[in-house]
Amino acid sequence: MKAKPMKRTIAYYPGCSLEGLAEEYDRSTRAVCRALGLELVEIPDWNCCGSTPAHSYNPLLSAALAGRNLALAEEAGLDTVMTPCPGCLKALKGALHKQGEDPNGFQDALGRPFEGKVRAVSVLQLLAERIGPEALRKAVRRPFRDAPVAPYYGCLLTRPAAFAQFDDPENPVSMDRILEAIGCAVPDFPFKTECCGATYGVTRNPIVTRLTGRILDMAVRAGAAAVAVACPLCQQNLDLRQAQVEKAAGRRFRLPVVYITQLVGLALGLTPEEVGLDKLFVSPESLIMNLDAESETADSLSNAG
Amino acid sequence: MRIGVFVCQCGTNIAGTVDTRAVAQRALDYPDVVFATDYMYTCSEPGQQEIQNAIAEHRLQGVVVAACSPRMHEPTFRRAVEKAGLNRYMFEMANIREHVSWIGQDRAANTLKAMELVRMAVEKLRRNEPLFASEVPINKRVLVIGGGVAGIQAALDCADAGLDVVLVEREQSIGGKMAKLDKTFPTIDCSSCILGPKMVDVAQKENITLHAYSEVESVSGYIGNFTVKIRKKATYVDWDACTGCGLCMEKCPSKKTVDRFNEALGVTTAIQIPFPQAIPKKARIQKDACRYFTTGKCKVCQKICPTGAVHYDMEDREVVEEVGAIIVATGYDLFDPAPYGEYGAGRYPDVITGIQFERILSASGPFGGHVKRPSDGKEPKDIVFVACVGSRDKSVDRPYCSGICCMYIAKQAILARDHLPGVNCYVFYMDIRSPGKNYDEFVRRAIEEYGVQYIRGRVGKIYPNGDRMVVQGADTLLGAQVEVEADLVVLATGVESSRGAKELAEKLRISYDQYGFYMESHPKLRPVETNTAGVYLAGACQGPKDIPASVAQGSAAAAKVLALFARDTIATDPQVAGVLESACIGCGKCLSVCPFGAIQWKTLRDGSRKADVLETVCQGCGLCNATCPPKAIQLRHFTDDQILAELDALCA
Amino acid sequence: MSEKNERQLRIVGFLCNWCSYGGADTAGVCRFKQPPLLRIIRIPCTGRMDPLFVVKALAQGADGVLVSGCHPKDCHYAVGNFYARRRLELVKRFLPFVGLDPRRFHYTWVSASEGQRWQEVVTEFSAVIQELGPNPGIGADTPMETAGQAASAFA
Repeated sequence: MKAKPMKRTIAYYPGCSLEGLAEEYDRSTRAVCRALGLELVEIPDWNCCGSTPAHSYNPLLSAALAGRNLALAEEAGLDTVMTPCPGCLKALKGALHKQGEDPNGFQDALGRPFEGKVRAVSVLQLLAERIGPEALRKAVRRPFRDAPVAPYYGCLLTRPAAFAQFDDPENPVSMDRILEAIGCAVPDFPFKTECCGATYGVTRNPIVTRLTGRILDMAVRAGAAAVAVACPLCQQNLDLRQAQVEKAAGRRFRLPVVYITQLVGLALGLTPEEVGLDKLFVSPESLIMNLDAESETADSLSNAG
Repeated sequence: MRIGVFVCQCGTNIAGTVDTRAVAQRALDYPDVVFATDYMYTCSEPGQQEIQNAIAEHRLQGVVVAACSPRMHEPTFRRAVEKAGLNRYMFEMANIREHVSWIGQDRAANTLKAMELVRMAVEKLRRNEPLFASEVPINKRVLVIGGGVAGIQAALDCADAGLDVVLVEREQSIGGKMAKLDKTFPTIDCSSCILGPKMVDVAQKENITLHAYSEVESVSGYIGNFTVKIRKKATYVDWDACTGCGLCMEKCPSKKTVDRFNEALGVTTAIQIPFPQAIPKKARIQKDACRYFTTGKCKVCQKICPTGAVHYDMEDREVVEEVGAIIVATGYDLFDPAPYGEYGAGRYPDVITGIQFERILSASGPFGGHVKRPSDGKEPKDIVFVACVGSRDKSVDRPYCSGICCMYIAKQAILARDHLPGVNCYVFYMDIRSPGKNYDEFVRRAIEEYGVQYIRGRVGKIYPNGDRMVVQGADTLLGAQVEVEADLVVLATGVESSRGAKELAEKLRISYDQYGFYMESHPKLRPVETNTAGVYLAGACQGPKDIPASVAQGSAAAAKVLALFARDTIATDPQVAGVLESACIGCGKCLSVCPFGAIQWKTLRDGSRKADVLETVCQGCGLCNATCPPKAIQLRHFTDDQILAELDALCA
Repeated sequence: MSEKNERQLRIVGFLCNWCSYGGADTAGVCRFKQPPLLRIIRIPCTGRMDPLFVVKALAQGADGVLVSGCHPKDCHYAVGNFYARRRLELVKRFLPFVGLDPRRFHYTWVSASEGQRWQEVVTEFSAVIQELGPNPGIGADTPMETAGQAASAFA
């Protein structure tokens, strides 16, 4: 599991969601990395990853589109590109996969030199592999006092398995380990990788309210007080659309849906503002009450990592 | 040398596109050829007679037959020339059917090619020498590795025929997987009732030596004369003294030991006899669970044992057995469903494997034969069976069909309905594979008489809902997604090669496929032989198999051993390597390349070191011949001289 | 005295008894038509192949040499074809040094059941030899750069 050592400086690819709806994911990711001593360098002049439409039009060109960001990172002398968004991650990892299959064709399409020496990782993978649960546990200043938080990974973080090369595709545990490290109690959550309905929220909303409703229902039945996520789209469906879901299902969930980086940030002693907690639709107040305010005696942050 | 050439017409098979008369005529021009003719069917009785007559009449010293492939009729013609007084190796075949007449229409080109092949055979024959098989005595004892039903059958058949049998079993008791089964398909007869007497027979036969809780350390020697080292693992109980009374189990304070015989569904004691019908019925201490071994205090079993059989200082012991043949019957293991994260086996107590359900059904199982679920002991109202878990799935590197799961699911569903008439049984399946006598009828009974609901489709996810499980899958016949709520989910885990199978294969020098199943000598015609002479296969170590097939193979392997042992000596194939000692430089390259360990050092009186071929071990591959720098080692019947002569004939 | 007088192109085949010889038999049984260039010498195993056989065949005027054995890992003698693979690959690279065209030598793996594949192997290699024409003997049809390339392959 342990990857080869990465540099402490990491190329950062935010992607479009993190500049808009998921601004708090961006803010908390940067804050957590800073607190853990990882320097994020935003890729200069980064461009769209291609999202969902590009690869259905032309797989090679869409791979090259995402690949340009990797090439820019490589030019800057960095060996790891981190993106919090699983959609972007899949595009970047897919580009690397394509490059590996046909380096010359890929370079032709890209139109600039690229050796394919960079890795693409999610922020979750960065926390799990670069920092690791043990180091994280030592860096925690205000652990959650056994707050039950359900880990929801969504569909893309560990799949397709051939691209992702990270964690178990069907029953991932990396977020579980991180949540445990910051003091959360992790219930057995069977719907870790179930579909949230993804982009149907706009076009065929009932699909999303039904699927997301199942996930929220399962989280409640598993005894969770909150759901941890690592995907802007999942977060949007579970949090922003929770009111719609509640209306469709005829019941109230009131379940905070929080980015894993926000939870880690809080445990590291960052303020709710620093991790953008105010941006959430369902109030995470109940969760913050669970933070152990007295326990500020943990090892200093500089020991982390 | 006086050589006769016989060109077969094979009816029109050869004569249709080859001028056999011209080929025979041309052969008379070749050196040493004194007689040549063509004949309608050379392999027929009169055809063979014609050869024998010609040998006598023309005082032939060698024969070439130009006909079909030597893989077809070489043995036939060798026997024919032998009857006429020639050495069987003074014979060559030219393949002018499969390699000439059947693959080309051009009569002129074919005839020319046939002439060249005959010339090649003549040149080879001119350099042939009479070869004689050597005879080595056979040690008429047989080793059976593995005491499952296949190994038991093989051991009993051999013992019934009067052979001395050595049976080695890795576990504490013989019986194998079958001993864990409740009932057997398609007859629903009780597994231990039909296996038990056979196990007792093994214990009672005076000519069977049973080494239980033992493993094969090393194998050396060759057919007729193997030396096998067996490691008897420490049980910390003197089995000669132990009477199997079970008093120690009653008093042992470590009562939370995982019961492996019951597939971890129950607990047992640290000192234990695995099940009531165990053979040998002797106790063993499981070291990591024993209070004395872990804390240094206890010794309750030693104090209580009426025969003083418990010895904490016991160590592994090695025994050496000399045998003439080996039957490998090491069976199989079951697929560990952990790679299917979405099924949650191991995480959810009520998602179990087929063999676990078998123990639940068993009257000697953890619940005394009451069908209960492991989590809370409730009787299930709905049971879902999931087929092909670890079978026919490339994504977990198990693309093959395990062959038994369709049947054992049907059996278990029927038994579940017998135990609990109100229970609903569902089966998610890909295809129902039930070839075998009364097998498909059995599955139909499950569906029609027992009302088991078969749903054709894969299961995508299993998750808990309250205290029940939800099985989410596809129904490909309805074309819809379905969800079935169940109290108990049984994963029909597939068959995989036995743990340690590859290591044992290396010791035995037999080959195995990419999944660790042992390779038979021919997939159809030599199903229980291996390519190592004197080593035979029985049961699921060769591939997934049910009980009848395993038993049949056990008997088949025993029959092969009996046929081998019917003679006092064994004739070895003389087409083996031989060393010209005056040319051997003692470099040892042949020793290092020989795949069979058939070459050893021999020291001459002058102290020089020379390679020496064990003719009974040599398989005749010729690797040493190609490797030898001074060409001192030559593969008889395929010497450099002979092959180069063939080459010269073609190129000259 | 030889049939060679009629100057037909010929390929010498060395086939292992267990797989490829059987494969050639299977092709025959299935009546898969093949060009008549090939003459097959049966050997027990490709591990028996002395590199000398290849060189001698080409030096003595065979127009092509084809060696075929069991697929790697399927050797009747467990490992014979692994040795063969190493040796034959080296022979192929060595041929230019003695002035023989490496294209005239081909080795492959065909199992006893692969009659169709055997037909393809024979047909394709026969076409290569037809294309190259008669073997002019040592030194005659090896341009220096081929040897140079081979040399760099060793480097």
